[in-house]
This record gives sequence, C-alpha cells and structure tokens, in this order.
Amino acid sequence: MKQIDLVIVGGGPAGMSAAIAAYDSGVRDLLILERDSRLGGILQQCIHNGFGLHRFGEELTGPEYAWRYEQQVLEKKIPVLSDTMVLEITSDRVITATNSTDGVFRIKAKAIVLAMGCRERARGALNIAGTRPAGIYSAGTAQKYVNMKGYLPGKDVVILGSGDIGLIMARRMTLEGARVHAVCELMPYSGGLARNIEQCLNDFDIPLKLSHTVVEIHGKERLEGVTIARVDENRRPIADTREYIPCDTLLLSVGLIPENELSLGASVPLDRVTNGAVVDQDRQTAVEGIFAAGNVLHVHDLVDFVSEEAEIAGKSAAAYIRGELKSDCELPLATDGKIRYTVPQRITRGEDVKVYFRVADIYRNVRITVRDGERVIAQKKKARVAPGEMETLTLRADALADAKELFFSLEVQ
Amino acid sequence: MKRNLTCIVCPMGCPMVAELEDGKVVAVTGNTCPRGKQYAIDECTNPMRTVTSTVRTACGGVVAVKTDRVIPKALVFEAMREIDRACVTLPVRIGDVVIEKLLGTDANVVITANLE
Repeated sequence: MKQIDLVIVGGGPAGMSAAIAAYDSGVRDLLILERDSRLGGILQQCIHNGFGLHRFGEELTGPEYAWRYEQQVLEKKIPVLSDTMVLEITSDRVITATNSTDGVFRIKAKAIVLAMGCRERARGALNIAGTRPAGIYSAGTAQKYVNMKGYLPGKDVVILGSGDIGLIMARRMTLEGARVHAVCELMPYSGGLARNIEQCLNDFDIPLKLSHTVVEIHGKERLEGVTIARVDENRRPIADTREYIPCDTLLLSVGLIPENELSLGASVPLDRVTNGAVVDQDRQTAVEGIFAAGNVLHVHDLVDFVSEEAEIAGKSAAAYIRGELKSDCELPLATDGKIRYTVPQRITRGEDVKVYFRVADIYRNVRITVRDGERVIAQKKKARVAPGEMETLTLRADALADAKELFFSLEVQ
Repeated sequence: MKRNLTCIVCPMGCPMVAELEDGKVVAVTGNTCPRGKQYAIDECTNPMRTVTSTVRTACGGVVAVKTDRVIPKALVFEAMREIDRACVTLPVRIGDVVIEKLLGTDANVVITANLE
C-alpha cells in the first residue's frame, strides 16, 4: 500500500485550490485523484462568464477560472491521477481507488481533503407523476451535452427550477435555437441572481412562472408535454390551475446535493441541513486528518468562495501533517432557523473566523446577531438577504475568548 | 420618464432607475459603481451583451468561446449564426482568435478553454 502525505479527492476548483495551498505551505508529497479525464470539475462546462470577480477582479468564464488554478498545479508539478475513481475512504485514511492503468490500488494518507463537489437532484426524488419518456434531463446534464459534446438536447423546452443553473440553461438553449416556453419555480421567488433573471429570461421574453410546478409528464417514447399548476402557500398544487405546455424537453434544476458517499464510508458525520460534513474553522471534519471544502461541504454560489474555503482546508491539512494544527476550545455554533446553517459548525481555536451562512427566506432590512448566551459577540446589518446568496460574518478572536456556545439569529428591523 | 433596470455587469445585480428625457438618459440612481451607471445609460440607448457559446472543432467536438467585449444586443442571434459557421482545428489555447471583428464590431470571438 502506498503512503502519501496528502491526498485530495477531486480536481475541480476546490481540489486544485486545496492542493496549491498545501503545496505553498510546504507539502511536497501530495496527489490529486480526479475521476474525469482532466482537471477543472464542473467549471469545464460552465462556459458563461461571471466567475472570479472577487478573486481576480475580472469576470471569467468557468474554463478560464479553472485554468488559473490548473496552471499552478502544472507549474508546481503537483501529481494528478485522472480517470481515477475513488471507491472507498476509511476513517483511518486508507483510500481505495481504481483506474484502467493501475487497476485497483490503496493509499494510506496522513491527511485527506474531500473535494468531490455535488450532484443534481433528479426526477425520481421529485416524484413527478406521468410516463417516463426520453427528453427529461437535469439542467447540468443538458449543459454538458450542449457545451462539451455539441448536442442540442431538444427544441421545445420547459425548465423546472429558477436557480442559476436553470436560468443559465434557459439562455443557452435559446441561443442555440431552442424555444424555452417557461421556467417554473415552486417558490414565490427565484433562487437565482437578479442579474440572471434579467440576462437569461427577460432578454428573451421567457416567462418566469413563480409558485408553479410540473405536476404531470406526458409522452410515450419522447416527451410530448408537461402539465404545470400553480401551488398554494404550502407548495401543494391547486387543481383547477392546471395548464398543458407542449414540449419535447424538460430540464430539472431542482437542487444540488453534496456528494458524500465516500465521506459516509469514512464515518464522517454530516450536517443534516447542508448535507455536507460538520467542520471546524480549519475545515477539518470530526474524523481526524480528513478535511472538506467546496460544494461537497456546502453548495456554493460563487466559485471565489470555494477557492477561499479550499485554501483554508489545504493550509490546515498541511499544518496537520506537520503536527502543528492545534485546538484550544470547543465552541458549537447554532442557528435560529431564519439562518439555515453556518459553516463552520464548530470553532476549535480562538482566532478570527470568517463564518459562512445562508438564510431560509428573502428578508429585508435585517440585523444578524451572534450571541454567546446574553453577550453579543458580533452583528451585521444588511438591506437584503436571500437563500440563494451565501453571506459571511467575521468573528474576532478577542470576542470569542471565553465563549461557551454561539447562537446566530436574524431580526427584521 | 423613469425606467427600472437590473444591472448585469457583475453578480450584485443592483436595481437601478434611469431617468430619460427625449430618449436621453439624464440621471441614474441605484448603481453602486461607475460601471453600473454606464450600463444603465447603454441599456436605455444602445443595449450591449457579451456572447458566450461554443464553436465546432474539426474533429467533431466543441470548444468554449466568447466575444472579448460586448456587442449590440440586437446582433446576438446573428452572432450565434456566425459562430456556428466557424470551425477550429486543435490544439487551441485560451485567447486564440476564432473570428476577428465579429459582424463589423470591434469584438473578436476568442477561445476560452484549452483543448488538445
């Protein structure tokens, strides 16, 4: 069994950033395991721009952003095994992986960074009634077909889900000659950026039907149409609002799920809200020496935050390998429900911590307060917060001293 | 006359209001940066867009491209047809020019992904 100091599972933006950060911290015995034939992860198929404004001060396309990191991996000669699938990780950090050159092999690692990203929720999870014809894709699958393979998945499209992927694909399909009849959104608000509503829907007069969902699928071999309906305040379809839309393609953009099968196998405890690992400020999971970053930890909106987070994981993994990662407290973070979750979920060292969080609904004129019992540790005001926009709040070391348990709450002013 | 706009220049998507008189923008409010103000003026007088798409490669695949600056919004679909007509041979590198001066504009269509 091979021994390697640091193994990074996944060579997308998170994996690359973690590897580079670990290298810059002095780790030389490291390896990125990537199941695709090249680095870049999901960014390869995100050919639209909007990436890197925070990180690089420019708006790059996905592949251009990925290249900024891939270039460093190459320059630093960080070893990469592509077309390699990790099958199992144990809690004592033994990785089993396979590729067609080496067959099945095992590596014992001193530290692991989990950077497997996330996958899309599929129709089966939604239980949409009706037949099972061809022509139903997750938005990301359609994106891969169009942007990587050069196929047009269909001509008359309905999209379910108005998150950014659904909106981006509404534009992409339209530009390639398809007709997007409607984007349906279960909630009374869109989960995507206002900018994308404007440049992906309004630019092309594509109707956004809020509080609507697809209730039935029709067609034998190929999709022929969908029935949509308005939903009530409990998100239940209202029977007499059913409307039939003829179409040959249904794209589902209905949620991203961190891909944590490997983490479960390593007994890494997950957070039920994020579906990613429970981590501390170093992005270390509850299993010693196993770190996590990027979409596998919690689904991000901006890849810039992914890179920032993965840098923390990479630096911390390097410190752990040197035996220098110390903890001096055990501070759990809890939320009031209006704030859905925080990453990290625990703080184990009393220094400045940048906490990432998401809210449960759109709120305006809010004050976010962090308390330790009665004592206010930190506060932040915002004109507007939305579930689709991850927020941050930095906790100062001196405020954290002697804290027992942190509680995050949101008040509308 | 007032017009509500959502800025598309960066992910902030600031809501803005442009005030127009005789088809000219006389005031812009709501922008949080100068680029936003310029977007509001352009959007009311001569809307522009970046196009990101893919171009065929000689061996039958596709590779990602973009216009290296904004082009008039009214030309977007014609730009897509021009891009459809183009074909590149591999390898290509980020920045390689595929189409120069697209449709008579100053914009070039450039490669945005390295492909062997």
